Amino acid sequence: MKDVKFYKLLLFVNCLVPLALLGWDWWGGRAGANPLDFVTRATGTLTLVFLVLTLAVTPLRKLTGVQWLVRLRRMLGLYAFFYGSLHLLIYLWFDKAFNFAAVAEDVSQRRFITAGVLAFVLMVPLAVTSTDRMIKRLGGRRWQKLHRLVYVSAAAGALHYYLLVKSDTRRPLFFAALVALLLGYRLFASYTKPLKAEPLSLGRPPR
Amino acid sequence: MLIKKAEPIKSSEITDRRVYLSRRNFMRGAALAVSAAATGYAYRRLLAPEPLAATPDGRAAPGTQATPRQWGLPGEEATPFQDVTTYNNFYEFGTDKDDPAKRAGNFVTRPWTVSVEGLVNKPKVYDLDELQRLFPQEDRVYRLRCVEGWSMVIPWLGFPLGELLKLAEPQGNAAFVAFETVNDPRGRNIPKSRALPWPYLEGLRLDEAMHPLTLLATGLYGEPLPPQNGAPVRLVIPWKYGFKSIKSIVRIRLVAQMPPTTWVREAPGVYGFFSNVNPEVDVLRDQSAERRIGEFTRRQTLPFNGYAEEVAHMYAGMDLKYYY
Repeated sequence: MKDVKFYKLLLFVNCLVPLALLGWDWWGGRAGANPLDFVTRATGTLTLVFLVLTLAVTPLRKLTGVQWLVRLRRMLGLYAFFYGSLHLLIYLWFDKAFNFAAVAEDVSQRRFITAGVLAFVLMVPLAVTSTDRMIKRLGGRRWQKLHRLVYVSAAAGALHYYLLVKSDTRRPLFFAALVALLLGYRLFASYTKPLKAEPLSLGRPPR
Repeated sequence: MLIKKAEPIKSSEITDRRVYLSRRNFMRGAALAVSAAATGYAYRRLLAPEPLAATPDGRAAPGTQATPRQWGLPGEEATPFQDVTTYNNFYEFGTDKDDPAKRAGNFVTRPWTVSVEGLVNKPKVYDLDELQRLFPQEDRVYRLRCVEGWSMVIPWLGFPLGELLKLAEPQGNAAFVAFETVNDPRGRNIPKSRALPWPYLEGLRLDEAMHPLTLLATGLYGEPLPPQNGAPVRLVIPWKYGFKSIKSIVRIRLVAQMPPTTWVREAPGVYGFFSNVNPEVDVLRDQSAERRIGEFTRRQTLPFNGYAEEVAHMYAGMDLKYYY
């Protein structure tokens, strides 16, 4: 049963589960002695998780042949943007108190902030052009080209994580390996099989 | 030609539309519930906040019923016992903040000896009980500033390191003091985390070590130090970043040259030997502000963590942007 509409609902609800648990833990005082640090780390990690899931759609679709998977991709990408926005908002609000001069200094002086902001900024045009209307306006091929920015965003996100940890780099390296694997698959695929413009089937199926 | 007609399906056998739909709805509801539970489980595996009891058996340690206000500094409440004892960096036990409290329960801290050695006239291996007998224990409420950008106010119990060093009689060429954490706090044959090379090493210039603010702490909140806080004896240097305040000390060695320290060795150029709290100098990240545990917005970080009046003279004439 290819009930994609229901699968989308299923995905939508599941993507909200971490947010609900995060709120639940905060409310119950279970977020530890430094709850803002916990929420910052949680939203940052979730952003990376959703970026990885977004990048995993195409390889999964090709390997399994399950074509409708691509129709879940937009939601995954938008959730990456959503958790990334929360992550950035917490930083701006509670770490910098919306002092944008201090933020500018942070971005220019500290490499891990530079990488993190780059990862977020690159997601903005992708979120803006995620609607069916924008896909049509840009044209499938140009849209696809633009959305390859997600490769850079995910790599910058993984770098951001790696640069900010003090010494235990296992988890950042795990995410970096996942991103490298997913990007490497694309490189491999394009190398072995010359790129062919594929029909873009993001929006509703033609009736 | 005879075409055999299929037996007609009796209308009574056709699943009622309402039943069919309700069965489908049930399946969908089940799929939603099961997948959400699985996602929740996966999320918890990835990012688990765990409510922790401050003491192994879950009861509040005696003496901690006192409100933080009673223990605080003028205008600054002490950080609650619960937070002080569950939010720790003690990398031998793991790198998450709650790892030490979760895993240090079996840390054997008695009997315990501290060797005072090197360039001293009277080297000696002290038993911990002897140390506590020799030097009267004082309450000292200090700010603790972590290089990660958070801070606490902690009521320590201990005695000035300088008193012990005086007893050992440093020789004329002793210029630095090197400290060493016990190499196997998790117990013999239990692997330590591999986050850093062990044992953990720290060091001070001799005048810093002799400064009356520099404390050898054996307790907090009037209680013996919990294992996760560096039992049974640790250093507290309130004007330096927290990693200088080495935990679970077994060796104090007076030396002529600046000794190697763990974090400088791990990331030279990022950390400096002195590591005085300095809002003007980036270490790892911007250090101009900090989050006091229990507060949401950040507060300004003070030079020397607010102890400039007492300690700044030791660094007169030094370029603190170079000697950070």
